[in-house]
Amino acid sequence: MSLINVERIKLFSTRSPWWCMIIAAALSIGLAALATGLASGADEARVTPAMSQFGVNLGQMVIMVMAALAVTTEYRFGTIRTSFQAVPQRVALLLNKTVVVAGLAALVGLVASFGSWAVGYLLAGTADMAIDTSAEWRLIGGQALVYGIAAIFAVAVGILIRQSAGAIAILILWPLLVESLLPLIPRIGDDLQKWSPFTNANQFINGGQDMGLAGAEAAGANTGLSPWWALAYFAAWGVALLVIALFTASKRDA
Amino acid sequence: MIEAQGLTKRYGATVAVDNLSFEVKPGKVTGFLGPNGAGKSTTMRMILGLDTPTSGDVRIDGKRYRDLRQPLTEIGALLDAKWVHPNRSARAHLSWMAASNKLPKANVDRVLEMVGLTEVANKRAGAYSLGMSQRLGIAGALLGDPRILLFDEPVNGLDPEGIVWIRTFMQRLAAEGRTVLVSSHLLSEMALTAEELIVIGRGRLIAQSSTAEFVDRASGSTIRVRSPQLDQFDTLLQQQQLITRVEQADDHTKVLYVDGNVTTDQVGELAASQQIVLHELTLQRGSLEQAFMQMTGDSVQYHAQDGAQAVPGVPPVSAAEMAAGPQEDN
Repeated sequence: MSLINVERIKLFSTRSPWWCMIIAAALSIGLAALATGLASGADEARVTPAMSQFGVNLGQMVIMVMAALAVTTEYRFGTIRTSFQAVPQRVALLLNKTVVVAGLAALVGLVASFGSWAVGYLLAGTADMAIDTSAEWRLIGGQALVYGIAAIFAVAVGILIRQSAGAIAILILWPLLVESLLPLIPRIGDDLQKWSPFTNANQFINGGQDMGLAGAEAAGANTGLSPWWALAYFAAWGVALLVIALFTASKRDA
Repeated sequence: MIEAQGLTKRYGATVAVDNLSFEVKPGKVTGFLGPNGAGKSTTMRMILGLDTPTSGDVRIDGKRYRDLRQPLTEIGALLDAKWVHPNRSARAHLSWMAASNKLPKANVDRVLEMVGLTEVANKRAGAYSLGMSQRLGIAGALLGDPRILLFDEPVNGLDPEGIVWIRTFMQRLAAEGRTVLVSSHLLSEMALTAEELIVIGRGRLIAQSSTAEFVDRASGSTIRVRSPQLDQFDTLLQQQQLITRVEQADDHTKVLYVDGNVTTDQVGELAASQQIVLHELTLQRGSLEQAFMQMTGDSVQYHAQDGAQAVPGVPPVSAAEMAAGPQEDN
């Protein structure tokens, strides 16, 4: 418990995590306002809960930046050495950091997804925005899980890369560009994409959802896994990456 | 007590620390002395478990650092005063450190008071002067009230006031019966603060002894004699198997130097026995710098070229100046 407290003090005693969390929620909700509020007339009735969640993806990028920075700034300012000096059990220390950061990310995910849905509910009055199917509950409530796992990814990459710019570049380019460009590779490209982590995170959220006005292709690539298996697959990647990172950090000179 | 046994650290082909064995005795200030790049910081990082030795090991009261449960209560350290998040307040910095070792919150206020930072405790650490950062680092080292303290170049870059403050503070810590290991490349500083010395050069142990012993053994002492009967006395001394040399001090005076294992008492009595008049009889003790240069000789990592070959217009830097210079590579 004391190590959870350590990471809580560290995170909340500087300003940048606050900014990241506010921006993540604001981006999500702001985009939801645009996606649902600009539809009018007959279009308005075709707005669905899934359409309110497009921005939540963007907020997830910001939360990953926050999670990576929670590690890389420690390397940048040398406080990682002070940390390892105070707690030589490095794996325990970094695991607690991961728990705090991922927990916070999940909380922001909850605010972002329900906030975005609420904005859609208010702005698209004629649409059926009620959350009444299990798929819709997964869509809105599941964002918290995706945020949490994405934060684990980011912490792991931060530990491995140790530099803010490099870690952030990887965390932004990988889900946004690398995974979506994979199908361009002949023969194996489609399979590679099916088995990439963030595409599966998307499958968990958007698989089997009614995209309404945005059209079915807005749901992204179908990986063929059922939503909950897709989430498990995404989580396995995060955990595997974290294990490698923790192992590296405990062997490496600080 | 800190014990190092065959401590070795290699980075690729470079050997930073080479088969280093020493012990830091309890209740004393021990100086960890060596020129820049000698491996002092690397050794200190290995003591604290931050770097893993290539071979050998180092123990604190018989335990490896990584096996300590509440390390801050056993060994406090200040390796680099800049290891603080610039946007975090001193109080927040010390608070997370205290939480990590289950130390009561009162400790934070106590150490802030001890180092005189109470007034600025809620300001961001990035705005602190070097002296204040150094004090914050020391506060962190003292947080768990440890019996052993480690300081890496604590006076580096400080103004005179800061230097005196740190020096007095360290002596106070030792007076309280704590073990203090302090590294420095400033030999004069060590002469003032350290009772014991561990001297290294190029990662190897050069000497471990008391400060006084180190100076005695390394530089010996020279006796300076002026006399109107200088040549006669010179002959007499040589008959006693003593090594002497005569130097022209200025146009009028010659000075005789007696080297080796002899006291001023013996030289004076010898002169009296032959009724030789002496105008001066003084013992000249070598400085720590001299002792250091003599002993580390080829251990200084980068020797400056002798003045003659130096770049025209650029004053030559002697190895002595390098060893005593104000910068330390990290």
